[in-house]
Amino acid sequence: MLRVHHSMESAAPASCEQTEKAKKYDRQLRLWGDHGQSLLEIGHVCLINASATGTETLKSLVLPGLGAVTIIDDAKVAHQDTGNNFFVDLASIGRPRGEVALRLLLELNPEVRGTFVDQPLQEILDNQPEFFTPFTCVIATCLPESTLLTLSKVLWDAKIPLVVVRSYGMIGYIRIQIEEHTVIESHPDNEIPDLRLDRPFSALEKYMDSLDLDAMDDKEHSHVPYVVILYKFLQKWNQEHGAPPKNYKEKKLFIQLVKTGMREKESGENEENFDEAVKAVNTSLLPTSIPSGVQTLLNEAANITPSPTTKPFWIMARALHEFVSSEGRGVLPVRGTIPDMTADSEKYIKIQSLYRDQAAQDADWVLRRVQEHSQQLGPRKVMPSLENDVKNFCKNAHALRVIKGKPIVEEYKGSINLSEIGAHLENPESDLVWYVMLRAVDQFHSEFRAYPGYFQDQVETDIVRLKVCVNRLLADWGCGPIVKDDFIHEMCRYGASEVHSVAAYIGGCAAQEVIKIITAQYVPINNTHIYNAIAATSGTFML
Amino acid sequence: MTVAVAMAVEWGARWVEVRKLLERPGPFTHPDFEPSPDTLKMMQENIRVLVIGAGGLGCELLKDLALMGFTNLHVVDMDTIDLSNLNRQFLFRKKDIGRPKAEVAAEFINQRIQDCHVTHYYNKIQDFDDEFYRSFHLVVCGLDSIVARRWINGMLLSLLCYEDGMLDQSSVIPLVDGGTEGFKGNARVILPGLTSCIECTLDLFPPQINFPLCTIAHTPRLPEHCIEWVRLLLWPKENPFSEEMPIDGDDPHHLSWIFEKAQKRAAEFGITGVTYRLTQGVVKRIIPAVASTNAVIAAACCTEVFKLATSACTPMNNYCVFNDSDGIYTYTYEQEKKEDCVACSQVPQELLVSPSDKLQDIIAILTDSLRYQMKKPGLQAMVDGKTKSLYLHSPASIEEKLRPNLKKTVEELGLRDGIEIAVADVTSPSTVLFKVKLKK
Repeated sequence: MLRVHHSMESAAPASCEQTEKAKKYDRQLRLWGDHGQSLLEIGHVCLINASATGTETLKSLVLPGLGAVTIIDDAKVAHQDTGNNFFVDLASIGRPRGEVALRLLLELNPEVRGTFVDQPLQEILDNQPEFFTPFTCVIATCLPESTLLTLSKVLWDAKIPLVVVRSYGMIGYIRIQIEEHTVIESHPDNEIPDLRLDRPFSALEKYMDSLDLDAMDDKEHSHVPYVVILYKFLQKWNQEHGAPPKNYKEKKLFIQLVKTGMREKESGENEENFDEAVKAVNTSLLPTSIPSGVQTLLNEAANITPSPTTKPFWIMARALHEFVSSEGRGVLPVRGTIPDMTADSEKYIKIQSLYRDQAAQDADWVLRRVQEHSQQLGPRKVMPSLENDVKNFCKNAHALRVIKGKPIVEEYKGSINLSEIGAHLENPESDLVWYVMLRAVDQFHSEFRAYPGYFQDQVETDIVRLKVCVNRLLADWGCGPIVKDDFIHEMCRYGASEVHSVAAYIGGCAAQEVIKIITAQYVPINNTHIYNAIAATSGTFML
Repeated sequence: MTVAVAMAVEWGARWVEVRKLLERPGPFTHPDFEPSPDTLKMMQENIRVLVIGAGGLGCELLKDLALMGFTNLHVVDMDTIDLSNLNRQFLFRKKDIGRPKAEVAAEFINQRIQDCHVTHYYNKIQDFDDEFYRSFHLVVCGLDSIVARRWINGMLLSLLCYEDGMLDQSSVIPLVDGGTEGFKGNARVILPGLTSCIECTLDLFPPQINFPLCTIAHTPRLPEHCIEWVRLLLWPKENPFSEEMPIDGDDPHHLSWIFEKAQKRAAEFGITGVTYRLTQGVVKRIIPAVASTNAVIAAACCTEVFKLATSACTPMNNYCVFNDSDGIYTYTYEQEKKEDCVACSQVPQELLVSPSDKLQDIIAILTDSLRYQMKKPGLQAMVDGKTKSLYLHSPASIEEKLRPNLKKTVEELGLRDGIEIAVADVTSPSTVLFKVKLKK
């Protein structure tokens, strides 16, 4: 029932007998680990339309070793494909584009399997909507508004993630439709260490109290890990002030206090460990607390009654909530990792093991609750990885992420996020205006059966018509006509052209979003991303 | 379908997508832009683009440029193909392992994209002189080496012509530079002499921090410390394979020896986490890499090359960072040109020293300060109209002769106020002139 999550260390091959596959994928395994790779290798992605943007997206999925791809495309390779799509060639003009693209894409990686379907999407949607059930994720591009809406509804109901990609002149667009996406390993870039100096657990307290800074000789003194230094001076501080330093002024005073403990080295330099302690004051003395995003998630978990269909993530979250409200006395399990710091080997490793042991103890508490919940749900398969999963969950508890998505159809049926749109349209720097333009050209297409500026001789007339579409759209949303004519002219200049470098940019971004969804690592966008190649800027909007 | 075909014919079939950008006016074009069918012709017939590096970014750049309509591409790369390249360097197959990257990449593009001609050079960038570099209209870099970046930056700066202190604009060869590391990347546009150059922003590349030797030797606490101990201290002592055999990070025997010894050392200290993968990462200084980031950064660079070549859009101003580990984040801003940049400012560099400073202190300034970060600077002074070598790294006989100078002071060497010192280093193709200024 629970997904396999090993920590990176335990899953890495222990011996030097590296397989060829491990060597080939080495540079990416360092990012998502063997467990992420395993999930990628059982992933099956469907691409609708092998346009330049479509094939560029698949390219960055085939290379890292996605399990399988299916391409749906009823177009034939045309001359203009050879001017923007790397996965067709001159010899294939007139042949089914999906077939050609599939063959040339699979050349990139013999480990990926693939199929091609030469059938109009609308037909599949009408006659066999169950066609999509085997897919881990569907990528769609170059779809008219009405087909896209049908597709998005089918996939929303089937709970299959949909990633819409688009390159339109110098503008790129990615929209992710996913009902719920949970991430345990979000890999935050900058983590605040979890040192518990404000509420030391008893083993930590006991060890710290056994040390006496004043009794140490100079060598030992200059190799005490800064956690100890901060602990000792925090005690001193608390005796006088009653509570840890909170604001800038108090922290400054605290730093002065720490500096009084520093001994001068023979070389006249400062003791490095004290320097580190001073630098760490800002982050290490923050009160231990639960990040607001995690708190929201725990509140949700509190209201869950585990059932056989409850996702493992939520059962673990439920158990975590129980930990926080009892054993944990309001805080998360100890993370169990500490930053590197100047220290002698013995003390550093001792302190490291204190944190690690407490983390194991806390995780064990959570594990027992998870097991209790699971048992109440009736007999299940024995999960050999359950212990690792819960450990991993607890270790990442501070960085858990949940994304609640919205169906695309809501953007069209009155419940688009108007406050987001209004706020961004008033900001001349915001790229949201290009979303409005993309919506407008789609309306234009529904009305006139061609995109504005598609035909050379109609650019001027189309400018006028597109302006009507833009104003109508804004009126529907209750926004004033605040879009400058420049944007309308520029859209008509593009005439729906799909330029390779924009397609390649969007393809790269979208492929990584798909990998995030499949591996459940790192954090996908929620829910719309606009790329503006004119200024080389971008923005993500929750619509 | 019939509509699309009719339209394709009308537009000259193949390049219809870029031609809309090149043949139609728009509000966001460069002021010099004139919509015309000739622009595509010019791109195909006249413009020569040099791509430096045929690795993760280079493969993408060649594809992107070829599909934007450029037909005259040149690529320089000194590397051969390795198995671990295949997860992203998509022009290479297993059968190509061991062959030069530049050659295989060029072959593939020439075969796949009709009318595109890629010329390859299996070389170091330093193998070519100014005449070679002057023959290009644009240079795009997809490099993982900072020294190489700095060198090409210096080369393009050396091609600038000044008349009465005024820059001759026609001597400017734009440099578009991309870099990636894991999910992070950056792309930038440099107009040598006009906008911020690589040396203006050297502090973006902080020097690599090595573990202190005393930590490695006496107080290890991380698995990395144990691996470094084997690499730096145990290997030269035990010479496990043969006398004087340096570590080859690609030799599995070498790696497993280091791995096993590191594990032993870790066990002695109670340190956990020494794995084969980590050992390999530390020994080879591996930087994680993935196909998607390279695709994105190369595409961003290619878009800028297209803009610079055609004026169909104003170029980015001038530096963009990218990170897609949490959502998709970009930040584009203007890196400012440094008024007294050592490479592009035309301002003579001042070397502020005390008479009692030793030559080795001066060299330390050049190598350690964030501003210069030189590798192995060689110094020559102009004293009384004569060139006097102060210190040179090679040839060995000269180095030995000059070595005593390192301990001599500024005063002893006769370096008076205002004397010029020419400094040569691998980070630049030309020497940098410094004027000695004595501290009062």
